[in-house]
Amino acid sequence: MKAMGETQEEYYRGVRMVPYDLVKELALALAGVGILALAVSAILSSPDVPPVTVAAWAQNDPVDFATTATGELAGSTTSAGYGNPYNTNGSGQAWGPIAPQQWFGTRIPIDSASTFVIQPLQRAAVGNADLGTALNTWQSASSDQQGKWTDAYTKSLPNATVKDGKVTVPDGDYGPLPVMMSNLLGIAQTGGLDGLLMVNGRFYQTDYTPALLFMGDGSYLSGLAEQSNLLGDQWGMMNETGRYPGQTWLWLYTMWYQVPPFTSDTGFLGINASNADLGIIILMTLLTAALALVPLIPILRDIPRWVPIHRLIWRGYYSPKARP
Amino acid sequence: MDAAEPIPEQPSSWTVRTRRAIDRHLPMDHLLPVRQPYYVGSWVYVFGVITIAALVWVVVSGVVLAFMGPQWWHDSRVGRFFNSLHFWSVQLFFIFMVLHLWGQYFMAGWRHGRAATWAIGVVIFGISILTAFTGYLSQQNFDSQFIAVNAKDAMNGAGVGAFFNVLNFGQMYGLHIMLLPIGVTFLVVVHIVMVRARGVVKPIDPEGGARS
Repeated sequence: MKAMGETQEEYYRGVRMVPYDLVKELALALAGVGILALAVSAILSSPDVPPVTVAAWAQNDPVDFATTATGELAGSTTSAGYGNPYNTNGSGQAWGPIAPQQWFGTRIPIDSASTFVIQPLQRAAVGNADLGTALNTWQSASSDQQGKWTDAYTKSLPNATVKDGKVTVPDGDYGPLPVMMSNLLGIAQTGGLDGLLMVNGRFYQTDYTPALLFMGDGSYLSGLAEQSNLLGDQWGMMNETGRYPGQTWLWLYTMWYQVPPFTSDTGFLGINASNADLGIIILMTLLTAALALVPLIPILRDIPRWVPIHRLIWRGYYSPKARP
Repeated sequence: MDAAEPIPEQPSSWTVRTRRAIDRHLPMDHLLPVRQPYYVGSWVYVFGVITIAALVWVVVSGVVLAFMGPQWWHDSRVGRFFNSLHFWSVQLFFIFMVLHLWGQYFMAGWRHGRAATWAIGVVIFGISILTAFTGYLSQQNFDSQFIAVNAKDAMNGAGVGAFFNVLNFGQMYGLHIMLLPIGVTFLVVVHIVMVRARGVVKPIDPEGGARS
């Protein structure tokens, strides 16, 4: 059937027309949706669990906080070895020659040890001689010596005791770390580190990258998320806190994170758990393009003709009695 | 004083050409029709207009939230209510948009020169998902925090994170309340104009042809 360039009058020639009130239909839809949305809002409200602060993390799980901060100094956290766009310490995700994480470089520079620990402590060291001395000791030590201290301190933290919010580890050779960590913990518990992580040299701040990366490196935030089924392997990208629907429209995207090869260490055709994000983004891009191009894709465009759902939608048309 | 001579329309005028093209392809009788083919009788046809109605409520509640600011939607009862209204309007918007999409799929709504209308609809769906995603990141609550921490890996893995930083509230909020809604609204207008210009598609011919 020729349709391009055809006017609507030509297209509908011979088709019986019936009265229609588009504006009334839109007005009724506006009213109906409005009443439904207002009613559901009044009855069910919406999720709004307060955000986690660095202070709450340091108060509620000081050992995890100290372990994470020590890991930032040791370069063993996720952020420290992430790669682009934060640093060059990791290779990032790639699928053969497709490595977009590397292509655009370090556009959001984050030096985990400096950003999350050293710089905040330097700002807090003013008027604190013990902390100033500890920082000098740390910075003048060789990286080999720093590594020995962080290694020993990290191993001691699982045996740490917590009293009045303070973390005490068994005796050992930790260099200046106990002083640095107790000060960082104290600053964090008062809420000071929430602010210090946002310092950008300007007055206004809207970028929470350092604070969120630091909290993401610990297990406190992810532990809370796990309780709300927000982790990636819990369909977390489409869930939200409470008994609310979340981003259900992300179901297909989220589903891939639950199935092989995206959950597998060995994978398939080079796609596995280590580059699952890249693989799933590529797959979803292809699927979205396919959806947009359905009119051009054989089989996909023919399914509606084969599946008789259209006969329900247009049952009046297919009824012999109703035909003009 | 003599009345001024009427100036004849110049056929070469861009304005005249544009006006004639609009008159031919989208006369008011098509834009706001008072009649439609008899086979347009299913509830499936209503999903599109309900989606538009939900979008109106999304935009209206979003404008109020943007005007009053983030503290308001957390700290005041009225603010929380408008936040809920925005939230549920978005849920309804997606429910009916997906129903509209599936309805149009099984009606093969792209036939007879309507492939671009279908494709733009899919693009609207995609941009709407991005808009909702930036909305979830802009809530300034625990959900926002963890979605940001979780989603950064996908964005970074795809190379997008270098430019689209989900941990940057300012960037996400700006995209959510300005650029992305303008994109959705503009494309919805284009989608509607295309639908009205061509009219609704005829039923699938029993003799074949769900194709364009």
